[in-house]
Amino acid sequence: MDRLIKERSEQIHKVGTSAHELACEKKSQAGSVSQRACVFCGSRVVLYPIADALHLIHGPIGCAAYTWDIRGAMSSGPQLHRLSFSTDLREKDVVFGGEPKLHQALSELIEAYKPKAAFVYSTCIVGVIGDDVEAICRKVSQEHNIDVLPVMAEGFKGTKKDGYKAACAALSKLVGTDDQYKAPDFSINILGDFNLAGELWMLKEYYEKIGVNIITCLTGDGRIHEIRRAHKASLNMVQCSGSMMHLAKEMEEKYNIPFKKVSYFGIEDMSEALYDVASFFKNEQMLDKARALVSDEIKELIPALEPYKAKLNGKKAAIYVGGAFKAISLVKALRLLGMQTALVGSQTGNKDDYMLLKKLCDEGTVIVDDSNPNELSEFVKSQGVDLFIGGVKERPIAYKLGIGFCDHNHERKEALAGYEGMLNFAKEVYASVTSPVWKFFKPTITP
Amino acid sequence: MDNLPRLKDIKPFVSTRNACKLCSPLGASVALKGIEGCVPVIHGSQGCATYIRRYMISHYKEPVDIASSNFSEETTIFGGAENLKQALGNVIDQYKPQAIGVSTTCLSETIGEDVPNMLKQISSMTEGHEWPELFTVSTPSYQGTHMDGFHATVYEIVKHFAQDGELYKVINLFPGFVSPADLRVLKQILSDFELDYIMIPDFSDSLDNGAWDKYYRVPDGGTPIDRLRLCGQAVSSIELGLFNKVTAGGKNNSGINSAGEWLEKNKEVPCHQCVLPIGVSATDVFFTHLEFLSANVTPPKYEKQRARLLDSYADGHKYVFGKKAIVYGEEDLVLGLCSFLDEIGVEVILAGSGANSGELSEKLKEYCPENGEGIKTMCDADFEQINEQAHLLKPDFIIGNSKGYYIARDLKIPIIRVGFPIHDRLGGQRIKHLSYEGTQELFDRVVNAMIEHKQENSPIGYKYI
Repeated sequence: MDRLIKERSEQIHKVGTSAHELACEKKSQAGSVSQRACVFCGSRVVLYPIADALHLIHGPIGCAAYTWDIRGAMSSGPQLHRLSFSTDLREKDVVFGGEPKLHQALSELIEAYKPKAAFVYSTCIVGVIGDDVEAICRKVSQEHNIDVLPVMAEGFKGTKKDGYKAACAALSKLVGTDDQYKAPDFSINILGDFNLAGELWMLKEYYEKIGVNIITCLTGDGRIHEIRRAHKASLNMVQCSGSMMHLAKEMEEKYNIPFKKVSYFGIEDMSEALYDVASFFKNEQMLDKARALVSDEIKELIPALEPYKAKLNGKKAAIYVGGAFKAISLVKALRLLGMQTALVGSQTGNKDDYMLLKKLCDEGTVIVDDSNPNELSEFVKSQGVDLFIGGVKERPIAYKLGIGFCDHNHERKEALAGYEGMLNFAKEVYASVTSPVWKFFKPTITP
Repeated sequence: MDNLPRLKDIKPFVSTRNACKLCSPLGASVALKGIEGCVPVIHGSQGCATYIRRYMISHYKEPVDIASSNFSEETTIFGGAENLKQALGNVIDQYKPQAIGVSTTCLSETIGEDVPNMLKQISSMTEGHEWPELFTVSTPSYQGTHMDGFHATVYEIVKHFAQDGELYKVINLFPGFVSPADLRVLKQILSDFELDYIMIPDFSDSLDNGAWDKYYRVPDGGTPIDRLRLCGQAVSSIELGLFNKVTAGGKNNSGINSAGEWLEKNKEVPCHQCVLPIGVSATDVFFTHLEFLSANVTPPKYEKQRARLLDSYADGHKYVFGKKAIVYGEEDLVLGLCSFLDEIGVEVILAGSGANSGELSEKLKEYCPENGEGIKTMCDADFEQINEQAHLLKPDFIIGNSKGYYIARDLKIPIIRVGFPIHDRLGGQRIKHLSYEGTQELFDRVVNAMIEHKQENSPIGYKYI
């Protein structure tokens, strides 16, 4: 444990041993090599899947280049979100101001690509050089008769979570702008699913089977005209609670739409997400359909999982993901495969999330908030894990230590949500943990 | 599901659509990974470091730790000295680095941070402590591309480490931004010529390590610092690539162009510059330099490699002759690739780069004697401009980094993945481009891509070529 940052010791907790509560929602330590990105990143990942909107990044080229086609968020129709637009500010713009370039860029792109709305992300230096992004957005909005929404996402103005807030602020300007729409009975929204590898389409099918209509998903396979009608729903199902909670709360206050926190990963959470909706509508028929669906799915799934479970039983896993709510589902999903979570953490979890994790995890499990490669590699070793679940930045840590890895970030190409997703998850974990390649690696893990 | 939108009317845009370049701190980070024991620090928001890490990890498939001084709103108002101090302290405690290279960002540059002065103050505050080598490079991302960041960093490394002293029998090799596999090829060649060399930077191991027996916080590899200190006493320098003028930071436009030229002016180390050795002609020139510097003839091994390459040129020339190609990427890579394609009879119809030195077009004419006049050059270009042109010009294949894949997919033509980044395939860090050996691999890949395309589109398929 030596050579870790002392100031971070409160953000590390060992279940059953640590006296302190886990500290969280803090700014990252300078020089810690945090796995978090910035405010811009938070807003960009949330809004990215809105497929018929123009996403223009106002700043020098890096922010746009590194987020070009970055998510596996699929669209059933338009693909405009997969292009990367930037004002590509140069020195001259920084000196004299970027407003003229922003105005020109927005106008030309709206004329050329005819989006249904435009999001303009302001990056670090835009705030510093004093561009009035909101004013330009208003101007272009009038000139082109289209919603142009500023996303105030200067990277330094907080953490990734503040980016979620900025994204929600932009979305909330759209929600409620189509009041003509008549929603069918039993209509809900899904907040915080991004249709990675088409996961939303699976969820939609489940809900349709039990008689529930989805008005819009924020933001997976997102469309501007659907977002405008979101306020006509009776219920918001909020996944990835970190990113969409602000909007859910706002919609509750403004439109009286209650919300439920859900997760679509793992059998338990997925099934609960269906029952929750049925009980909300107090509809026996719907509940019966949900029961039937769950029972049908489980009947197929449980035997299908058996061979994997047999091989994975007793293995240990580490989880490090963006949001802690996903981590909670993953702990449960791993348990279903007979696996124990020995290390779990997230970039942006809050007190409630971590309390839940603490309750859920076995004694000896290490819980970390806003961790870094040095801590993660130390704990992976000391906890003796066989599998790491994380994203691109965690992958080489696992592989260098000679252990299996499961991609559970926003670039994944395998659908991991729902029942089908649980089977994919088991397959992927099995493929990586039991691969024969590890036999060539010297044992680095102290059991 | 619709197709990706593509405009039918070609017109100029002030905005950049699908950038064909990256920002300068990325180039700085790559170069800094080429110094042994060096940890890069980016002075700016947390996102810069994290995005660049993610981008590099996706290509190199290695841990890439880059620290950030993690600017907040207060930092932006009151300055980043405290944050930088904290960042350096945490990096030193965690990594025990031999060196820390601090690159700036658009944010820290715009608020006017004087990082060289900060570093002086920070290290003077705790005298008596063992400090790693500290140096900084100005890399505002609103200037130039990742290549400006790369070359500015190499330049600062040389300036920081070069010492005066007796002539030392060693040569400096500035390889440019090539793959770890290329760096290994170059090192082998120099060793075979019995040349002692200092390669700046050398990320052949640090960004392409083997499996580990334990976790290394600072991966092995990189040019040792005590070797870097000798660069000012070297007999000679070789610079690969012609587009290594240092312009990032806007501070070095005073006639000093590159690290090699700085050494020539200030330390009297003569500098030999040559185009990236891709293809027979360019590699011959490189080997001539090596013969001259080593006073050795080319080892037979390379004569054989060259002969084998020529033999394969004979075997494969018909499959590529007259084929039309679009080449894109960094200017040096584009120039090297075009000169290679030119010598095998491929017609480059478009050469695009996100950079804008103003010299690419002229150099292409110079280095592509066969078809150079016909190359349409696009500078400060983005992928959508290249895409729109590609749909007009109908190339037989495109060659460049993996970000052009969507163009090839839409046109149903092969893409030959080279350079950086390769995000959609394994082994980008192991692609060889340089010397007879790298050219051999490229040639085989280009020819086979043409054959495969024909075979797959043939009504019967066939078993012999």
